[in-house]
Amino acid sequence: MGRFHRHDDGTEHDHDHAADGHAHAHDAGRDVGDMTGYETGTERVQVLEAIFDENDRVAAANRADFAEHGVRVVNLMSSPGAGKTTLLRETLVRLQGKSRVGIIEGDIETSIDADRLEGLGASVALVNTGNGFGGECHLDAPMVRSALGRVPLADIDLLFIENVGNLVCPAEFDVGESARAMVYSPTEGEEKPLKYPVMFRTADVVVVNKIDLLPHLDVDMNLFRRNLAAVNPHARVLMVSSKTGEGVDAWLDWVAGA
Amino acid sequence: MHELSLCQSIGTIVRRHAEDRRVTVVHLQVGQLRQVVPDTLVYCWGIVNEGTTCEGSVLDVDHVPAAIECRDCGATTLLEEMRMMCGSCGSTAVAVTAGEELLVTSIELQEA
Repeated sequence: MGRFHRHDDGTEHDHDHAADGHAHAHDAGRDVGDMTGYETGTERVQVLEAIFDENDRVAAANRADFAEHGVRVVNLMSSPGAGKTTLLRETLVRLQGKSRVGIIEGDIETSIDADRLEGLGASVALVNTGNGFGGECHLDAPMVRSALGRVPLADIDLLFIENVGNLVCPAEFDVGESARAMVYSPTEGEEKPLKYPVMFRTADVVVVNKIDLLPHLDVDMNLFRRNLAAVNPHARVLMVSSKTGEGVDAWLDWVAGA
Repeated sequence: MHELSLCQSIGTIVRRHAEDRRVTVVHLQVGQLRQVVPDTLVYCWGIVNEGTTCEGSVLDVDHVPAAIECRDCGATTLLEEMRMMCGSCGSTAVAVTAGEELLVTSIELQEA
């Protein structure tokens, strides 16, 4: 920590900084405010706390609960419309009677996706992030924890957390999952891994969904794979069509080991 | 995007350390690999602090560039673009060593 500061100009001033206690340069314009206060009226207090500490503590508690009940947890993320819910539907159809599945469904508004997953043997708990969570664009560990009372952990083997459709924020929040799966659809374009590197870097597996559309598109999947490899050289890629069922078994194999 | 919830977390941390004293400056380290929009963060900081001891305080953001270290040759590469490959030997066996920071390093408080 503290080795790679940006030194945009030559001005330096000493101040307590992180644990390494070194001096480093600041932009001349960065120390805004009343500088006279530096000398007289203020006291500097070292803090050194990660902003995600609270989230990560709750994520650890979630993870401990999942482990205690032997539940594997997949955090499913994608942009809106990539096909998370359709893939989950296909997954539930095939796992009916074979595996006991729970779902935490995150959406800003409506129960439309949760309704689509009813009647397939899975227990579905909806978290509307627009309801008391300020319309959040992601699920965080406390939101998942708030839903655990409605998820029968003792009676399931597998839990899918369907995150809010968004390629940015969900990547930042550990919710206690065992593995992260990203659903990508080829209509999004080859460059998405470069534009949203944090999301693509965080995925253990990238499900390329809607491959039944490939003959109708100009998208270059080799270029997509090269872009993905640039930000995440070790991501597994699964080619899937939730519509035709192609590749869904390979996805289920991955889930079984997640 | 999630800057509002980040600001709420920052406020919680800062007020725990400040106790009841007035906060003038909050120093943060934000790594390049964090998807934080600085202007949005500052804007949200103003909103969440209305009526608190942090009202009117300044966020001082220290940006930390991303770097990776090669497990094969040991070289450190500063990431100009997001390419997880050693700049020295081309290996993809690399680990991120900087750029994921997101922390409150220190705060400045008005003398009581």
